[in-house]
Amino acid sequence: MDQIIGNFQLLLDYPIVNLKIIIDGVMIGALFALAAYGLALVWGVMNVKNLAQGDFVIAGGYIAWWLAQHGVHPFIGVVAAFVVMWGIGWVAYKLVISRVIERDLFTSLLATFGLAIMMAQIMNLLFGSDTQSVQLDYATYHFADGLIDVPAAKLMGVIMAMSLAVGVIIFMKRSRMGQAIRATSQDRRAARVMGIDTERVYSFTFSLNSAICGAAGAIIVMAWVIQPFYGITYSVRAFVIVTAAGLGNLPGVIAAGFGIGALEQYGSHILGIGYQQAVAVLLLLLVLLVRLMQQRRQRQVLR
Amino acid sequence: MSAIIEVKKVSKSFGGVKANTDISLTVQEGGITGLIGPNGSGKTTLFNSIVGYHPIDGGSIKFRGREISKMLVPEIARLGLLRTFQQTRIYAKMNCVENMLISLPHRKAGFFDMFRRHDTEEQERAEALLDFVGLYEKRYLRSGDLSFGQQKLLEFAMALMNEPDVLLLDEPTAGINPTLINGLIDRLKRANSDFGITLLVIEHNMRVIMNMADTVYCLAHGELLASGTPEEVQNDQDVIDAYLGAH
Amino acid sequence: MIIPKPVLYIGLLALTVAAPFLFPAYMTQLATLWLMIIVAMTWDMTGGQMGYNSLGNIFFYGTGMYVAAVITIGMVYDVREYTDAAGGGIFAFTEGQYFTGLVLGSIGAGLFCALCALAVGWLTFGLRGPYFAIGTLGVAIAAGELVSNWEWIGAGQGISMPNYPGEFDEFKLLIYFVFAGVGVLLFIFLNWLYTTRFRSAINAIRDDEDKAEAMGLRTLRYKLVSWSMAAFFVGVAGGVSAFQLIHFEPLETAYQTINLGIFMVVCVLLGGKGTLWGPIIGAVMFHVIKEVTWNYFLGWQWVALGAIIIVTVVYFQDGLLGWLRLKKPEWFGIRVTKKDEVVTGPAE
Repeated sequence: MDQIIGNFQLLLDYPIVNLKIIIDGVMIGALFALAAYGLALVWGVMNVKNLAQGDFVIAGGYIAWWLAQHGVHPFIGVVAAFVVMWGIGWVAYKLVISRVIERDLFTSLLATFGLAIMMAQIMNLLFGSDTQSVQLDYATYHFADGLIDVPAAKLMGVIMAMSLAVGVIIFMKRSRMGQAIRATSQDRRAARVMGIDTERVYSFTFSLNSAICGAAGAIIVMAWVIQPFYGITYSVRAFVIVTAAGLGNLPGVIAAGFGIGALEQYGSHILGIGYQQAVAVLLLLLVLLVRLMQQRRQRQVLR
Repeated sequence: MSAIIEVKKVSKSFGGVKANTDISLTVQEGGITGLIGPNGSGKTTLFNSIVGYHPIDGGSIKFRGREISKMLVPEIARLGLLRTFQQTRIYAKMNCVENMLISLPHRKAGFFDMFRRHDTEEQERAEALLDFVGLYEKRYLRSGDLSFGQQKLLEFAMALMNEPDVLLLDEPTAGINPTLINGLIDRLKRANSDFGITLLVIEHNMRVIMNMADTVYCLAHGELLASGTPEEVQNDQDVIDAYLGAH
Repeated sequence: MIIPKPVLYIGLLALTVAAPFLFPAYMTQLATLWLMIIVAMTWDMTGGQMGYNSLGNIFFYGTGMYVAAVITIGMVYDVREYTDAAGGGIFAFTEGQYFTGLVLGSIGAGLFCALCALAVGWLTFGLRGPYFAIGTLGVAIAAGELVSNWEWIGAGQGISMPNYPGEFDEFKLLIYFVFAGVGVLLFIFLNWLYTTRFRSAINAIRDDEDKAEAMGLRTLRYKLVSWSMAAFFVGVAGGVSAFQLIHFEPLETAYQTINLGIFMVVCVLLGGKGTLWGPIIGAVMFHVIKEVTWNYFLGWQWVALGAIIIVTVVYFQDGLLGWLRLKKPEWFGIRVTKKDEVVTGPAE
């Protein structure tokens, strides 16, 4: 308890520390937002709440890490993770997701939970349970008498995440497939009547989501660490962001991603690093309760 | 007769669309009140405001003098203000008798009533009411297997089982075979006269409403257009124009 | 069915009593089987009968373990000193203290968990469907993470229970019968509960909660009572598990979200949701499959588990009883009417 008060005091005594926490939070938050955007896409288009979201992220990270062990530059690893995870997403769609789309929501939730367990365990068997990361020998920039340090790798990661997001947005706006995806998410029956092959839209959307997650994971492994069982926390974060921001609200998703990132950094700074996972999950409960109270004021429930 | 529901200057908009603007109406205890209007005139919105499905932007809704516009659906239902759905809703996996028994009035239920079994008296009442709506022979069928019209009758019987003070019916005759409509009107009237239930009925079918109601309110474009006895409303020029689209 | 009910019940009861003596080598597995039956039946109270699929019932299991431990230890020693020593062996328990701990600890665990269910449920039952599942999963994960940081009860090291004052075989037998006793009590309780209005009310919530609310059903009350009754039994089972395992730690044993937490759901799905016997049959099926095949997977067990979940959910969601109900509806008292039956319209 004393330690918590001490940590809190530190924030007040050295306001610059707040800036450091926020910068750290926003940088990791950009990647949370990327995974959350994928979740919102799948959720909106096919109404599947994917609990394996975080495991796709971790799997992408391991692909880049494994390639880096074999001398491939991590930047190429990001592209490779995108491509490989596209394929894995497609297989997962064909084997599991396509069979639960039209069923009740708990079915898809449980099926993706099974998928999450399976993926985490396979990665555990293949890569071991140690935390891993790819070391990049880039400079670290220091500001404010060394209180704030920003590794170039993290900056690079954020820039890559942003360019990926922009690419996806342009794709959704401009391309024929992007239009079909947006039409399907608005009304799948109407889309089908209008001759859109919704089955293809579904498999494309799920693969795209998986690829986005994979790329996010490959970026994460460059500047942060991954571990086979970290997946569920990334899934939870994606849920928090989507629940807080709502579907089809991209600026909201990005803002919520930054917010969650910063809040988590604050949480683990004040409570101690051991609480990092707990803070992520407690934020989920907090967001659910706030949404619940909002809905209650509308005489509605959260469904 | 005294007013049991008083709606005063209720407004409700969805986004930019004004679904209800300053609507006031009263439902007299023991009577049958009709609510008519063309498609999209805001009837169901007003209905949902009364029974608690969404908040209202302004105005007040009183039930027996008590403000209910901020209460939740189940709380309002327990006051004795019950509604049926336009798209009939029943418990499709249960049989008709089970559907009836679960509809017993809950406002009287104490905590330990949860663990009570249904007694023969309740069973008999359920069967009597099923007989009243003409579903006695089908009482042990899975209710999901009934036809749409029969499900509608079952929902009506369930509402009666709940012993409400006021029953709000959302298009009771929609989707019902025209040959059965007379029977249904007859039953609605008997529910009003024999069981003493006040009715507020949304209806498209003019013949039905003119046959039943003692007071009629007509909505158009979210505003109250006319009110009065069926004859008055039927002969009101604005109402005729609204229905013929000359607005 | 063909066998009259009393005969069936007496036979099963006799088998329950005789099982540990017939198969002494499998006593621990049999005790675990009862644990699975208990958690599956309680999960079905909300998941199957009420349509509220909780992924967080494991929260009550873990909490039950810790509450039983704290009660048992706290009655004799200072909990802080005890956990600081990390089971150093200087803390002895007499026979009387042990059994008082077992009884009071388990019951206390159940009561505490029932209260937790009321509190958590009051906050989360406004959530429907998938949000409820994710919310309860969040509660379970958060609890595990918080407990593993809580020094007072041993943090990540976990906590050691007192040793049984007697022979080890005797201990295994005792644990078996405690689990079996709780399981039989739970069965009798549910057998009675499902004949009351309670069952039709929670079924109504499952089938159409909006309708139930529109009819004035006190849905929140039913949901809370149902979940807290389930939590009571899971808490008791957790308390007994604490004694069975002797040492446990927060993430892998107590709040084991992806083991027992998901097993219970799979058991219910395998057997058949929303039935009295489904969860029991499912638990037996799952436990037998798991125990028989586990060793052949050579490290790939958990991958196989994920596959089992997916296959069950995707292809076999109605479970054994659901499949039978479809094939033999008359066994379940469903009256099948012929199509050409006279349709009587409403009388004029």
